[in-house]
Parts: sequence; C-alpha cells; structure tokens
Amino acid sequence: MSAFQHRHASHCESGVMSAIVRHYGLPLSEPMAFGLASALSFAWLPFIKLGGLPLVAYRMPPRAIVRGLQKPLGLRMRTETFRTPARGAARLDALLDEGKVVGLQTSVFWLPYFPQDLRFHFNAHNVLAYGRDPASGDYLLSDPVFEEPVRCAAADLARARFARGVLAPRGLLYYPAGQPQEPDWGTVIPAAIRKTVRVMLRTPLPIVGTRAMERVAAAIERLPASGDTRQGLLFIGHLVRMQEEIGTGGGGFRFMYAAFLQEAAGLAQRPALAELGDRLVDIGDGWREFALAAARMIRGRDAFAPSALGALLRRQAADERAFFQALERAL
Amino acid sequence: MDAGEVPQEGNATLGGRRKAMYARGADGRLGTVASAGWEVEEIVTRQAVDELDRRAAAALAGVHAGTASLLEYHMYRARMDDSLLAQSTGLWRWRVRRHLRPAVFARLSTALLTRYAAALGIDVATLTSTPPR
Repeated sequence: MSAFQHRHASHCESGVMSAIVRHYGLPLSEPMAFGLASALSFAWLPFIKLGGLPLVAYRMPPRAIVRGLQKPLGLRMRTETFRTPARGAARLDALLDEGKVVGLQTSVFWLPYFPQDLRFHFNAHNVLAYGRDPASGDYLLSDPVFEEPVRCAAADLARARFARGVLAPRGLLYYPAGQPQEPDWGTVIPAAIRKTVRVMLRTPLPIVGTRAMERVAAAIERLPASGDTRQGLLFIGHLVRMQEEIGTGGGGFRFMYAAFLQEAAGLAQRPALAELGDRLVDIGDGWREFALAAARMIRGRDAFAPSALGALLRRQAADERAFFQALERAL
Repeated sequence: MDAGEVPQEGNATLGGRRKAMYARGADGRLGTVASAGWEVEEIVTRQAVDELDRRAAAALAGVHAGTASLLEYHMYRARMDDSLLAQSTGLWRWRVRRHLRPAVFARLSTALLTRYAAALGIDVATLTSTPPR
C-alpha cells in the first residue's frame, strides 16, 4: 500500500470518502464522490434544534456518502460504533496497525486544531486517520477541509469521537472491506442523478426538496421586521452559516454538484449535463446573493427586510425546481 | 462563481487557514480554489460566537448578583445549552435546569460536580471558583 496522499477538499464527508477510494486504487474526485452518492439535497427540520436554532441542511444526512458509494463502486464499507472510548481507541489502533486508513466521525468542538471561532458543538465532522506518531502518541489525521494534514492528541480525539448530543458519533469509524471497482459510468451516473431529482422534486413531505425552501421562505417572512429583531437576525445568520460555512464549497454545495455534472458529462458521454452544470453555477450564485443580503442586514448596513429575503429564497426554489426538471429530461 | 470571484478578503474566524471552494476556471472547468475567506462568513460566524459570549457574560453578571450559578456560566462558556449539557452528562434535563439555580448548585455533591466538570472539559476547582468580572 502506497503512502497516504492528503488532498484539500471543501466538504468533510465527500473529502474523506474520495480520499479512501483513491487510497484503495480508484481515482475519484470529491465532486464525483458527492454526486455519485446523491448527496445534494435541501432539508428543513424545524422540530430538531441545534443550539436552539432549527436544523436546515443543503445535503443528505451524515453518513449518506459513506453508504451511498457502496453500490455504484461495489465497495463494502464496514462501520463500527463503540460503548466506551477505551474500546473505540483500541479498535482504531488495531486498524491503523494493519495499515488501513480509517474514517472517523467527530465533534468539531473538541478538536483542538480547529480555529477557536469555528468550534461549535457539531457532531458530524468526518476526518481520516492514517497513522500514529510512535513518539508522542498523536494521531495523524487528514482533515479534508484543511490544506495540510494535522495531528491530534489521543485524549482530544477520544473526546471528539465520543461527544454526546444530536448526531452523537458514538465512536463511529469506517473503512472499506474490499477494493473499489471502476463502475460503468453510463449506468451509475444517471441512476445517482435520478435519485437526487426524486429527492428534490418528489419527496412526499414538504420538509425536503424545493418545497422545503418555500417553507423556509415562509418562516423568514413571519419574522418581525421591527421591534426586537435579534432572534430573527440570529435565524437568518444561522441559515447563511449552514449554507456557506460548514464546508459546502460555497452556495450550499451547488457549486460542487455543478462540478460533478461537468465531470459526469465526460464520463457518461452526455454533454447536456455540462450545460446543466453551468446553469447550476448560476443558481449557486443566487444562493450567495441571498447570503450577502442577509449578512448586510445582520451588520446593520441594510434594514432588516424579511420579505425581501423571503422573495430571494422563493426565487431560488423556483429556479431549482425548473433546473431539476430539466435535469430529469436530460437523462 | 468564477475563479477570479472566489473571495480572498480574509476572514479572522478562519484563524489563518484557507478553505476549498468550487469555482469556474478560465477554461470553463470547475475545480477547487483556496479561499482566504469571505466577509459574509465572518459576519455570520462572529454573530454566532458573539451570541454565545453574550449569554456567558450575562450569566457571569448573574453570578455576581447572586441570580445565576457558575454552572450556567460554564455551560455557555462551553458553547452548550441545557439540553446538550443534559445529554453530555446523562442527567435528565429537568435536573440540569434545577442545578442551574444558584441555591441548588451551591449544595451539589462532589460526584455531580465531577460529572459536570468532565462534560464541560474543565476541572472541579474551575467549576466552583468565581472568576472576576
């Protein structure tokens, strides 16, 4: 097995999974891992609160990429969780001794190499362990959202792997049980895109897909524009953080999915997908417009105007609906 | 977003690191470009951090006024709320809420204090000594 190669990625889970697949011999880009696993989505789950704010996500739930790549790549992934940190650490050490690279689910808050301002209690951050320094006992980690590999002391990593709360990792680690196979791109790519189209357009409940965007727009429009606006501003700031900051590659993963479509156009020999990728870049720019408008209101450069933000979001919903309908027709 | 539009304004909350963003290069191909940060992200991250700091400061003022417990202060310092603290300690949420009251907190057993300190990542001495304003 050759030495592990770290590559800077924009999202943790697609970064870890593409690195694992590459390490085991199949060249795979991060956007391809993201798109093949049908990881793009939009979800609005106001009944789940993170730090008092409702859950909004621009992608499928954690572990969707770990699971979603198994079928297209013929790659069985083993996942294990543990009752105690001691057992979790022992198992990780044993796997590293076998020369494996191991994916880990962690809480950002307890990882000391993270910048202080980004250390929130977010429990679904993925990193890859590829070795251990014999002298200090530090783990050698490839955290895909960092430019260079990092190190983490054993006690800190144990805390991060066994943090509790929403999406508690319970020490989750994962590694491949075999070799990934080069798939028949002409089959797996349309299948993966069809699944994303289905999720975005035809989820039965209006909490996932383009209809969920309209629900968020309605929630914004209900915010009071005057009086005590602190809570309302925190809410729109939270939306922007989920969209831009949590390793999305910008525009709530829309730019990354556009990169997937562009690459898929070549591999599956469907040039129409490349044009649709360009169209999705424009939609991603629309998301960033929303982020900019929200940030200006938070800073007080513009007056807080919930109706204007709601209108931007409704436009995004309409654009994405038309986009995914076109994507379906192109298959 | 074109590669030339990838924000390089710098973002203090990134602590000097750069993040990978997908953008369109001159040849029309999308790929990663390292971004030094966007002011928009800095604004929303600062907003979230400031809100947590505000809660911790309010709790500390409450500690000095005798209306809040040190547990509440340290809970917000650890960027937690009562539900996350309950999950992290394995206690019922109503018990945690009760323990947040200064009179109840003052009478907590060493065992419970140890449990809270471990969940918050601090030692018992830190949890029970009042920091200056």
